[in-house]
Amino acid sequence: MKLRDRIVITGVGLTCPIGNSLPEFRAHLLEGRSGVSTFETRYMGTVLAGVCDYDELRYQKKKEVRRGTRAGSISIFCANEAVRDAGLDWPTVNRDRVGVYIGITEHGNVETENEIFELSKYNYDTSCWSHHHNPRTVANNPAGEVTLSLGITGPHYTIGAACAAGNIGFIQGAQMLRLDEVDMAIVGGVSESIHTFGIFASFKSQGALASHPEPALASRPFDLNRNGIVVAEGGCLCVLERLEDAQRRGAKIYGEIAGYAINSDATDFVLPHAKRQGQCMRLALGRAGISPNDIDILSSHATATEQGDIEECLAIREVFGNCERLAVNNTKSFIGHAMGAAGALELLGNVPAFHDGIAHATINLDNPDPACDCGAPQVVANKPRSLGQVNYILNNSFGMLGINSVLIVKRFTE
Amino acid sequence: MNPEEIRQVLLEILGRIVPDEDLSALKNDVPFREQIELDSMDFLDIVMELRKQYRIQIPEEDYPHLNTMGGAVSYLTPLMKGVSAPA
Repeated sequence: MKLRDRIVITGVGLTCPIGNSLPEFRAHLLEGRSGVSTFETRYMGTVLAGVCDYDELRYQKKKEVRRGTRAGSISIFCANEAVRDAGLDWPTVNRDRVGVYIGITEHGNVETENEIFELSKYNYDTSCWSHHHNPRTVANNPAGEVTLSLGITGPHYTIGAACAAGNIGFIQGAQMLRLDEVDMAIVGGVSESIHTFGIFASFKSQGALASHPEPALASRPFDLNRNGIVVAEGGCLCVLERLEDAQRRGAKIYGEIAGYAINSDATDFVLPHAKRQGQCMRLALGRAGISPNDIDILSSHATATEQGDIEECLAIREVFGNCERLAVNNTKSFIGHAMGAAGALELLGNVPAFHDGIAHATINLDNPDPACDCGAPQVVANKPRSLGQVNYILNNSFGMLGINSVLIVKRFTE
Repeated sequence: MNPEEIRQVLLEILGRIVPDEDLSALKNDVPFREQIELDSMDFLDIVMELRKQYRIQIPEEDYPHLNTMGGAVSYLTPLMKGVSAPA
């Protein structure tokens, strides 16, 4: 592969229910700390959620917070943190050649719901509907707010891809770098979904919303006593560069994009489909030029719904069934399901394994569901597992309407 | 509401629209935009807040009256004559 085609991660910015930086997030993953708490939501009262607590005024004025959206604010925080972490001398960066590609599950529901609630106080007089509604709800809003914050004049857009979106932000950025459309890409995913009651109510109506008297025990992928999804907010944006550019400026390199794939089930609105998930994993392995045995950590998508967990394990068994040393783990057990941010957060929560050689655990896995059988690979349950040198991490992210995304990142070596 | 009460209402609205600004030295006869960071969308927020809170409908052709504090108070005084000041 030519140097210009090799794409590396050189900066990370994130916020999630257990941390506002990668070191903090990683430390809490290794400690086994849950970030799930009770959360008050309109009309439904108390629900369980993963809630972020970052300093939104670190990179925004109060007026900008008021004018913009929660997704925009999360994006601005993560993008600025990523740029800072990358050690870039930002004023000297040619910002015509920077692209912003942010994966989202959905956007605009929060603002629309808020506006309708506000309008109800004025007897639905539509002259009281805010002029901010359109700029807040256009689908590119989170990425656009990043360009306003950082003065980026290259392309920006979001990628709507349900809960497969976080991976797809990375994939889009890598593709644009390889096409020479940009020289630097800010990529990943964000979600502000906990601020709309609709996502909770819809999962509840679907019988897929987690409940538990102890919030920290509510998110239980692969466990017999799971009862659904804990919705979380969060964001994770990274700086991607071509290897030669990163090396020229002496950048710290977190890992290299090794392979990826996106495909579709074409079977159902909500139900997952192991056959296409497995096909997506194989496609990504093929593009990376590696075999299943080369993967050290498989960061699973499992959301703690019965069918979703079982179907993914079926796919893992089909592809990795003989890979005894493969560690399968799950980040949602700690933070809940961060929707558009999930893929990016779950990948980055595992990337430090290239340095510490540890697979973080899957917490709350007290009674493994026998139907969640991955074959030879074992799910890393409740305690982290030391692996020694980690060379490849495969990250699964799947979403409604049957969208599957798989991203493989490898340890950087010359 | 008397002119001073209307001025207080406008300051309260501006305080929410431009929360980073110091409004204590706002001059009466100088356009808002020359004193504070207030763009066209912020300006529409003033109109919107008056509509929502006090049911005052301001036609677009009258917007220039709201460019300064003095102009806004003068314009709004007859319109808000029968409106009670906020508690």
